[in-house]
Amino acid sequence: MIAENFEYSAPTKLDDALRQLSNEDTKVLAGGMSLIPLMKLRLAAPGQLVDIGRIADLNFIHEEGGTLRIGATTTHYQVENSPLVRSRCPLLAEAASHIGDLQVRNMGTIGGSIAHADPAADYPASLLALEARVALVTAKSKREIPIADFFVDTFTTALEPGEIVHAVVVPVEDQSTGTSYQKVLQPASGFAIVGVAARIRKSGGKIAMARVGVTGLSGKPFRATQVEKALEGAAGSPSEIQKAAALVSDGVDANSDLHASADYRKHLARVYTMRALAIALSRTA
Amino acid sequence: MTQTITLTINGKKRSDTVEPRMLLIHYLREVAGLTGPHIACETSLCGACTVHVDGKAIKSCSMFAVQADGRNVLTIEGLAADGKLDPMQEAFWNEHALQCGFCTPGMIMTAKQIVERNPKPTEEEIRHGLEGNLCRCTGYQHIVNAVKAAAAKA
Repeated sequence: MIAENFEYSAPTKLDDALRQLSNEDTKVLAGGMSLIPLMKLRLAAPGQLVDIGRIADLNFIHEEGGTLRIGATTTHYQVENSPLVRSRCPLLAEAASHIGDLQVRNMGTIGGSIAHADPAADYPASLLALEARVALVTAKSKREIPIADFFVDTFTTALEPGEIVHAVVVPVEDQSTGTSYQKVLQPASGFAIVGVAARIRKSGGKIAMARVGVTGLSGKPFRATQVEKALEGAAGSPSEIQKAAALVSDGVDANSDLHASADYRKHLARVYTMRALAIALSRTA
Repeated sequence: MTQTITLTINGKKRSDTVEPRMLLIHYLREVAGLTGPHIACETSLCGACTVHVDGKAIKSCSMFAVQADGRNVLTIEGLAADGKLDPMQEAFWNEHALQCGFCTPGMIMTAKQIVERNPKPTEEEIRHGLEGNLCRCTGYQHIVNAVKAAAAKA
């Protein structure tokens, strides 16, 4: 499989890369784990590729004002193994460890993954549960938006022409919070048939905060707010968890494919929400 | 639309002019003449084309040769030194970790990365690390044994 021909540049400065994005026919190449397969299948045929993989200023993980800022080209391997991510935001490290396989985690990047917006990608569930923000940049401007506004639809994001993901911004987790990411994987590709990220904080023996992000179930990842509401104020007994988790698929227009029918996906979502919640709860302090 | 790239493959520097769309696997096999890395699925699932680029195991069917410009590439051909097998190759031999042998170059390159990063991996960690490499003979048990044996010897 051979891609259509294209022009290639690999700037080492962010400003140079942004200046090259003015053309509609230009695509950004980060790790290439989504774009290159698409180009080989000729589902994408950009006339020019701007490889941002050599821009040192896009590869970072640092703590700043109660948040972790993770540069766009930070690989899944780097996120999974960063002591900072592991201690300050363990949910994201756990999610990264489940992506694809070792070789994909060596190349694939957090910015590339979210910009591609595959409805079965792993990161979105956790980023939604974390209420992350995305820092975006163009040659002329910068903005930061909530992750929930970033994912617009299947393979569609809020990125404007000429704009790229600069960083993903996640809150530093309160040490008493318990988190977990549970997924049913498609054995060949490693993509999530359904993936659920849960985040729970308790206070005075009751659940004070619950966040649930879901990927794979429908056209775009989403926060299961009805599950969250059902849990807040509950003690977290197995029956309460089961009841709340059962709400995850209510009103959802579920995906259906070779690997799982819509009904089966909804069933899996309920079971994996229950598991993610139970594990997150067991990790609360 | 061609570009000149200069990279180091198995310790030797070389320069070639390639189309940007040329995949690293095609470059290695057809231009550099290294047919150890194999092409099988070509969809980044099977891992038969795994090589190391700047010390990271990657699937060379999912990287353009131009992305490897200036970098260090290690293929299965670069492992044995002075006629002596790399310990991972030797472990695959000793543990009968190959049947048809097609997946072996990719398996060994991934296995080396697993042990480099985690010198004493558990069986579970080995299996997790090898998820991106498929063996159609399904000889996984002996492959896992070989990685364990190589780690134990190191």
